[in-house]
Amino acid sequence: MNQPFKLSVNGQSHTVEADPDMPLLYALRNDLGLNNPHFGCGLAQCGACTVHVDGQPTRSCVTPMSAVGKSEVTTLAGLGTPEKPHPLQTAYVEEQVLQCGYCINGWLMTAAAFLRDNKKPTEAQIKEALSGLKCRCGTHISILKAVKRAAEMMG
Amino acid sequence: MTKFEKPTSLTRRSVLLGSGALVVSIGAGVTLETVLSIGEAFAQGTKPPLTPDQLSSYIAVNADGRVAAYFGKMDMGHGLHVAIAQIVAEELDVPFKAVKVFMADTATSVNQGGASGSTGIQLGGKQLRVAAAEARRVLVEMAAGALSVPADKLTVNDGVVSATDDKTKSISYAQLIGGQYFNVQLDWNKQYGNALYAPGKAQPKKPSEHKVVGQPIKREDIAPKVFCQEDFVTDVKVPGMMHGRMIRPAVAGSVPVKVDESSIKDIPGARVVWKNGFLGVVADKEWDAIQATEKLKVEWSAQEPPFPAQASLHDHIRKAPVRKRMVEVQNGDVDAAFKSAARIIEAEYEWPFQSHASMGPACSLVEIKDGKATCWSGTQKSHFVQEGIATLLQMPLESVHVIFKSGPGSYGRNDADDCAMDAAMLAQSVGRPVRLQYMRDQGTGWDPKGPASVHSAKCGLNAAGEVIAYEFTSKAFSRVDVDTNGGKPYDTLTGQTLGVALKSGDGFGVPAESYAVANKRMAWETIPPLLDRASPLRSSHLRDPVGPQIHFASESFIDEVASAVNADPIEFRLRYVKDPRDIAVIKAAAEKAKWETRASPRHDQTGPKVSGRGIAYAQRNGTRVAVIAEVDVDRSTGKIAARKFTVAHDCGQIINPDGLVKCVEGNIVQGVSRALWEEVTFDRNTVTSVDWITYPILDITETPGQVDVVLLNYPDIAPSGAGEPSIRPVAAAIANAIFDATGVRIRRVPFSPERVKAAFS
Ligand code: FES
Ligand code: FES
Repeated sequence: MNQPFKLSVNGQSHTVEADPDMPLLYALRNDLGLNNPHFGCGLAQCGACTVHVDGQPTRSCVTPMSAVGKSEVTTLAGLGTPEKPHPLQTAYVEEQVLQCGYCINGWLMTAAAFLRDNKKPTEAQIKEALSGLKCRCGTHISILKAVKRAAEMMG
Repeated sequence: MTKFEKPTSLTRRSVLLGSGALVVSIGAGVTLETVLSIGEAFAQGTKPPLTPDQLSSYIAVNADGRVAAYFGKMDMGHGLHVAIAQIVAEELDVPFKAVKVFMADTATSVNQGGASGSTGIQLGGKQLRVAAAEARRVLVEMAAGALSVPADKLTVNDGVVSATDDKTKSISYAQLIGGQYFNVQLDWNKQYGNALYAPGKAQPKKPSEHKVVGQPIKREDIAPKVFCQEDFVTDVKVPGMMHGRMIRPAVAGSVPVKVDESSIKDIPGARVVWKNGFLGVVADKEWDAIQATEKLKVEWSAQEPPFPAQASLHDHIRKAPVRKRMVEVQNGDVDAAFKSAARIIEAEYEWPFQSHASMGPACSLVEIKDGKATCWSGTQKSHFVQEGIATLLQMPLESVHVIFKSGPGSYGRNDADDCAMDAAMLAQSVGRPVRLQYMRDQGTGWDPKGPASVHSAKCGLNAAGEVIAYEFTSKAFSRVDVDTNGGKPYDTLTGQTLGVALKSGDGFGVPAESYAVANKRMAWETIPPLLDRASPLRSSHLRDPVGPQIHFASESFIDEVASAVNADPIEFRLRYVKDPRDIAVIKAAAEKAKWETRASPRHDQTGPKVSGRGIAYAQRNGTRVAVIAEVDVDRSTGKIAARKFTVAHDCGQIINPDGLVKCVEGNIVQGVSRALWEEVTFDRNTVTSVDWITYPILDITETPGQVDVVLLNYPDIAPSGAGEPSIRPVAAAIANAIFDATGVRIRRVPFSPERVKAAFS
């Protein structure tokens, strides 16, 4: 049965009528029109749907609406803007990371939380933190360069 | 043909109104937004027909001087549009930033073949180059008339034509034609697709004159994606749209015999679309559509398990009847030479089925309104999908509009075209627009697969250790069991589930190299598919179709022969390679990697952790690549770390070196993934690779730490492709490095830890 859920996303509150079991991903994409989290697998295996829930990188494709509660949700659009970019967004543009670009949401959102909590990480730590995320196009070399560059920018 | 034999006598007015064909299609001056917005530009009544023989089908100059380039191919992630804009800007003498490339919309571009065989620049760019050159020529002729200055006394800078010796006499492209279309006939070769070529009278510039081509210009489409300002095909929505999902059988080949629609009656608005083997559901909400696929009660026809046990796949290939055999290379008397050989070396190699496993499963939206169908798709072949949908829905071709929108990754004939056709079928059936996205298990389990294969190689040596006979044969599933596009319903899952008559094609390939052996035969043989209709193991093109398979075998085998005669693998190759550009890439890679001349394997390592290096090289439609892999092998676990690659790459003239390096890096990483990890698993019933656990790919923790790319640039040689060639030698380079490290030869992909470990014992 559908129920109303209050969602706080990128600092704005919304009410969404949804099945409590429906993954957050569909509310973000279809009800709120926030297309930044992507459907890649729906199985928590690729990261394309990652958002921050109270700052924690969370795979929205397996997060039921009923589990979100009062948490603050942040999507890639809430991470930075062209005027006020997150260092990772700047680094991605500078390192020209993309191929198809479908995976970027997962890498950016996961790396953003990691770099926030880990200053001056080693390359091995970065790889470990990003392990499990998928990029089928194989842009991993540029991804690493960009994350390292952003880490430097973030001191 | 334009008539400007005596340009100086023509005023601008006489150019526009003169006798003979007009070069300008006269219409109201229009705004940038109008010309550049695809739908409205299409609606311009004054545009000449969208045919390959019209200059306006490729180039338009807007009222403000900006240039639209209409391109019948599309970018699949390498930034092809940047290279195309460079080519157009170069030939037209306009700033790079003034060019916007519109890709593969059937309403604004002609069928240049879509993304296909790394021909974006090689063939697609070639056409845009001559079209832009012709546009410049026509514009200069018009300027000659307008300024009363002979054309050969005019120069063009940033879209402004001026008299070479009197800069006060000038006129801009915008003033000459801005907002109106060219009406100039080109000399079209009457071919569609990749082969389309329609030059004008103009000669393109000489490479020595290039200023924009060859520059490392960055992609402008990265920022919109990292700031969430650009839609993927998955993001497109239209009013009244429903969400669709497809249902596939648990035993491949079986079809629904009973569908209980009442089982989903509690789901608001959910409806079933069922016709023969075609079974889908739609609902207003996406989650409801997903729920409906799970709740719908379906009874399936009894079906004999169609597949062999996976362990016997390659035996099946060996024993299967040959449907078509093709000898592509035949020199000398191969059989006699083998008889006279002092020594014969033979080996067999195996490659599994592999999946595109695109980052997300395919998605497409189809809207049918007022007798017209519009399809948004991430397809690589929008013009073919247009044909497919027109046939499927029985609509005239011109009533179908396919809009290409970047999808969730594409590396060939993946599930995108099936999805577009399925969506069309759903939309027509329910009378509302339908956005269909497959689920992950369908994206991996039901996409057309890269064909599995067996390759046998045989070499005859004389007493001096020289190769006197060489034979290489691939026996495999066809690369075109279903064709490389959704242009014909029988090539799509949609048509096959609906029950159309089948037409499975035959095709494979042979090694592309220049080894000169007097007696040489290279052939391929195709076998029938395991299941002829709607098979999750139907085979088609997957990045560098059959290239990785073939060259894994052929370039591993050359190494085996080198080792058999105790020769250094590079030195041995250079004894036989005859093409100078091939020799150049091999030497360039060797030099960059500081290759140490010695035979493989190494004998100086003990303990479980050993390392080695291997080379492989290949050609591909004019491009040459040599790849050197340096790997670490853990003998105790069988784990391979492909830690460093050196790639020498020659694709003739380089349009954009930065884009090219990125493109090569992606090829290497995906090549490592396919060599080390990728294998479609299946049981007797169906494919069991259905997600990222059951179809693992390379993880960032295993990504090569270093990829050095050496670009060989030949400005005077027309550019060839780069999207695929460098994936081709990767598996062989790794296998040769494993052999160098361990003395053990792995002849079966993927080199998973279990398989490598088993090979050691
Ligand atoms: S879509 Fe959520 S992890 Fe893949
Ligand atoms: S860029 Fe295509 S999946 Fe990462």
